[in-house]
This record gives sequence, C-alpha cells and structure tokens, in this order.
Amino acid sequence: MDILGYEFMQNALAAGVLASVICGIIGSLVVVNRIVFISGGIAHASYGGVGLAFMLGLPVLPVTTAFTVFAALVMALVTLRARERADTVIGAIWAAGMALGIILLDLTPGYNVDLMSYLFGSILAVTRSDLWLMAGLAVLVFCLVLLFFRGFLSMSFDEEFARSRGVPVDFLHCLLIVLVGLCVVMIIRVVGLILVIALLTIPPFIAERRTSSLKSMMIISTVLSVVFTIAGLWISYSLDITSGAAIIAVATLSFFLSLLVPERKA
Amino acid sequence: MSEVVIDLKGVDYSLGGVSILEGVDLSIMAGDYLAMLGPNGGGKSTLLKLMLGLIRPDRGTIRILGLPPGEAGGRIGYLPQHTHVGLSFPISVLDAVCMGMVRPGFGGIAGLSCSREDREKARRALKRVNLEAHADRALAGLSGGQKQRVFIARALVDNPELLLLDEPTASVDSANRNALLALLTELNADMTIVMVSHDISSLARGVKSVACVNRHVHFHAAPVITGDMYRMTYGTEGGDSCPVELVTHGHVPHRVLGTHDPNCDCEHGCGHSHGGEGE
Repeated sequence: MDILGYEFMQNALAAGVLASVICGIIGSLVVVNRIVFISGGIAHASYGGVGLAFMLGLPVLPVTTAFTVFAALVMALVTLRARERADTVIGAIWAAGMALGIILLDLTPGYNVDLMSYLFGSILAVTRSDLWLMAGLAVLVFCLVLLFFRGFLSMSFDEEFARSRGVPVDFLHCLLIVLVGLCVVMIIRVVGLILVIALLTIPPFIAERRTSSLKSMMIISTVLSVVFTIAGLWISYSLDITSGAAIIAVATLSFFLSLLVPERKA
Repeated sequence: MSEVVIDLKGVDYSLGGVSILEGVDLSIMAGDYLAMLGPNGGGKSTLLKLMLGLIRPDRGTIRILGLPPGEAGGRIGYLPQHTHVGLSFPISVLDAVCMGMVRPGFGGIAGLSCSREDREKARRALKRVNLEAHADRALAGLSGGQKQRVFIARALVDNPELLLLDEPTASVDSANRNALLALLTELNADMTIVMVSHDISSLARGVKSVACVNRHVHFHAAPVITGDMYRMTYGTEGGDSCPVELVTHGHVPHRVLGTHDPNCDCEHGCGHSHGGEGE
C-alpha cells in the first residue's frame, strides 16, 4: 500500500470521501424529491462556468461554483413559476450552459489539455487548495441540511400538505436546488460533470429500497458512495484506466447487482 | 360557538381561461360539519385549495379562522385528495403522522425530528384510526386504504380547529369507512369539519349542512338532499343517472336521503326502498 504515500493519492482519497458524504445527503434528497433531471441540467450547465474561468484566467473551482449556483437559482425559479413546462426550460438551460462553456473555451487562446478532466473527472489531480474549498462546501451543505432537516423531510414527503401547514416550501425548494449546484461542483472534480448523475442517484436508489427513514437512507448512501469511490480508485490505479469512469463502473455494476438482491424494509 | 370559521365572498377562480368557480359566497360557522358534494371537475377540491391558500382566487375575499388563507396553517388539518407521496418514500407510519405537527414558518422547519411528546400524540392519532399496531412499520408496506387512514391521522394529530378532508373515505373498506365516519362525528364536538365527496351516499350521520359545488356553490343548512342538489351534483335533467350505484341482495344497511322534486326523474325508479327478501 505504498501508493498511499503519494500526496496525490491522499488528496484523491480525501476528495472521494468528502464528495461521498455530500452525495449521500444531497443525492438522497434529489431522489426522493424526483429532481434528477434538474440535477442533470445543473451539472451540464456548470460547464459554462468552467469555460468562463478559463477565458478570464481565474481559478476554476470558485468561478464554476458561482456560475453553477446562478444557473441553479434560475432553474429553481423556473420550476416554481412554470411548473408544467419546467422540464423543457431546464433542457434548454442544460444545453445552453454546455454550449457557452465550449464557445468560451474556443475563444480562449492556447490549447486546453484540462478540458476532458472536467467532463470525466480528474480525482488524481485534486490539489490541497481544491480540497480546502471542497471541505468548506461540504461543511456548508451538511450544516444547512441538518438545520432544515425537518423542513426538507416534510417537503419531500408531501409538498402540498407541507404548504397547507405553512412550511416555507418555496424557500426550501430553492435552497435544495442551490445545494445540488454546490454538490455538483464538488463532484465534478471526482467523476466529472457527465458522470455526476450516477453518483448522485445510484447510492440513494440502492439505499431507499432498504430503509424506512430518510436519515438512514442518507447514511447508507454515504457509505455506499465511499465504497464505490475507493473501489473505483483502486481499480483505476491497478488497471490504469480513467478514475471517474472506473468509479461509475463500480457504482452501476452494484446498481444492477442490487436489483437482483430482494429488498428488505423494516 | 357563533364565530365564522370560513368566509368566502364573491370568489371567482379560473384556470387557463376556463371558469372553475364563479361568484362563490360561503360562510361556515364554528362547530359545523359540512359535506361538499358535486360532480368531478365541479370545483370541490379547488375550493379546499383556495381555503388553504395553495392557489389564489381571481376575485373575491377569503378569510379562514379570521386570517387570509395560508396564514392559519398550524390550526388546520388537511387531507389531500391525491397525496403526492412516492410509493417507496422511506418513512415509518409514525413519522408520517408526525408530519402533521410541523409548525408553520421557519421555526417549524428547523431541527432533526419530532419530540417524544409529539410521538406520543402521533400514537394516539393512529389509535383513533385503528392503526396503532402498524406504527413502526414502513409506510410503503401498507395497503391503499391503510395509507389513507394514516393520512387522516396526520390531518387530525395536531387537534386542529378546522378539518378539511378531500374524499376521506376513498379506497377505505366499508368497516373502516363506518368507523371513520363515526370518528368524524365524534371529532366534530371539538372542531369544524368540511368534507368533500363526489358520492351522495357518503352523506354521513352527523353531517350538519350540505354545500353543492358545481361551478356555483349552493349552501343548505340541513343535511338533506333536494332534487335540485341531486340534479346539480349529477348534472342530469332527464334522470338517466342514479346516485346509488349499488345493486345487491339481502340485508343492506340503507338510508333514504329525503324526497326528490316531484317533477324529477321518477320514472327512472331512484326512490330507494330497502332490499327485498331480507326485510
């Protein structure tokens, strides 16, 4: 296990665990609120932020974070205002963000070797400063979900009833989508924006069928995410294949295997 | 007990240019037990949603418990017609009932779970709908009728002043349906109840007044079915539909719901007599 002696490997493991904790929590909320499509839209629109950062020559993660939160807020407002056509608008923003990213990169002088790493992840290239930013985001997301847990639970369970009780559902809805945005930015480093959806949805899906509380669903998803990430990293190292794809391969394989195992609910 | 709990004046509501409710005036006093009858699409559920502040009227004023709709959340118990709960949502029956005690505003959404005291209240509410034995099971494992009773427990767990129920007896079997209607009569001693139903035969014991909702609202201060109400609810002049869609032999518990207009659809034979040979 001398591989663990390398700093890039330590960083990769730390990034994987941080991303897993956040994926477990936010992914569970994404799955029970059925906003997987919005999350996909946010993930792809975030590419616009990557393009913007390269063109302006600024650090990628902070710029992408700001851009993604902005795109997430636009989508949150659209889903609140125009419910019945929300999916169409999200589809448009999805594509627009990606196109913007590519155009901005085209306009940037020089050849960008890093491009693929944002699409498919580059967990082995995570730096110490990336880690600090990820840790900060993780703490923020964790605290917000903890603070408003009861609200998120009642909104996710039955939105109409929650509204009738006077729960500020609109606020929680926007907050959740912004949190998804933050989460997406974190995971982009690990598996890339194209594969984000798998890590956000597969662990919660496996967990949901085997628990009867949202809290334990989040905990089980987190544990599964950690296992998938570490197993994927190890496979990627030993077979010399792309880390993001290896992590998703482990996750999807587990997903299909889990379908074969009968579900058990307490 | 003479305060007005629900007060609607000149309320219009339309959706995409189609008028759903027109010129609705309705005033319900505390302690009433109102059954809202009407055909599908007549606007019954819409009326409940207006009262809850889930949707806004085009015109007119609404006051619920003396407040604008949506501001008395913690004092109203609500049973939605279609609970939008995912089939596999991971929650126990007891926790689902606890959702009925979430307080309005930002104070209510903070925190991790409900208190020991709230759990005790939830258990008592489950006992009232005859489900206390299932309190710790996963909600996803219950049948449709059992889930409906869980949601009724959720509506009444916080001892609301006003109970708004949208089709409470839907998908509940007849034994539990009778128990449920008896429970509502009992609860009516403490709270005002508004119950939506598309079925005239659900006009239960204990109902004190009736409102017919079919774009317009007609209020009747006594639990009787008139020919006008019958026509409005079922929307037929020629009498080609019958309010009791039940054909059976033997000992059928049966109630006669008042006489229809003499000029109404008598040749159809909707005057209900008790089941033949069993009597």
